[in-house]
Amino acid sequence: MLRCIIIMELIIFYLFAAIAVIAALGVIALRNPVHSALALALVFVCLGAMYVLLNAPFIAAAQVMIYAGAILILFLFVIMLLAPEPESGAGALRFQRAFAIIFGGVLVLQLVAVLGNAVLPANIPSAVTTSGDVYAIGRKLFTDFLLPFEITSLLLLVAMVGVIVLAKRKSE
Amino acid sequence: MPLNHFLILSAILFSIGAIGVLIRRNPLILFMSIELMLNAVNLTFVAFSRYLGNLDGQVFVFLVLTVAAAEVAIGLALIVAMFRARATVNVDEANSLKG
Repeated sequence: MLRCIIIMELIIFYLFAAIAVIAALGVIALRNPVHSALALALVFVCLGAMYVLLNAPFIAAAQVMIYAGAILILFLFVIMLLAPEPESGAGALRFQRAFAIIFGGVLVLQLVAVLGNAVLPANIPSAVTTSGDVYAIGRKLFTDFLLPFEITSLLLLVAMVGVIVLAKRKSE
Repeated sequence: MPLNHFLILSAILFSIGAIGVLIRRNPLILFMSIELMLNAVNLTFVAFSRYLGNLDGQVFVFLVLTVAAAEVAIGLALIVAMFRARATVNVDEANSLKG
């Protein structure tokens, strides 16, 4: 039974990881910005599935609701509003694309080398780990993390005021 | 399900986001790559939270989610204002401070 669960976890992880990586490559490589936005939505949903796998159901729901449900819609609105023409030019530097891909490749190799060989805490079995359900997260948020919570509300107020001021048409 | 797997996936997504920031000229896609990087970091937080048995990581992810939402709103408003002033969506052409 436990072997069944472990195999199932591995299958789900690799499936969603593969889809997430392919969709992420789609975000940076597709020409049409609307296609990029939809690929980004796929990344968000795959990461939501990962969070469920990691015993974080509240974060998974919040991720799908906030990212795929609000931020992505904002992106699509602005893309439709601006209707950008296809990009011209390859960048300010010569060989910018080549350098970017080389450095990005070096970055990913370094990170994978460090993280793949790291000595990490032993695998705590799922039954012992506290699940991130709404009650537990709410309790943490209102006791240990009360100050960040209040500051976040202030941040959202500032963001709203800023957006309205920036996007308002100057009345002549 | 070893922790390393999640961290490597997060590293790959972060690097793809970084490459996207460096390659693309359209500010909207630049923004989407930044969101990709933020999501990769969120995955790291949640993975560590599960493997250390501590819920602090998940609460932090919740706060990062909120800050990312605010940042996207302001960034898109900036892009709209920039487009109104210049009628182009190419980051390379926004190279003078005069608006």
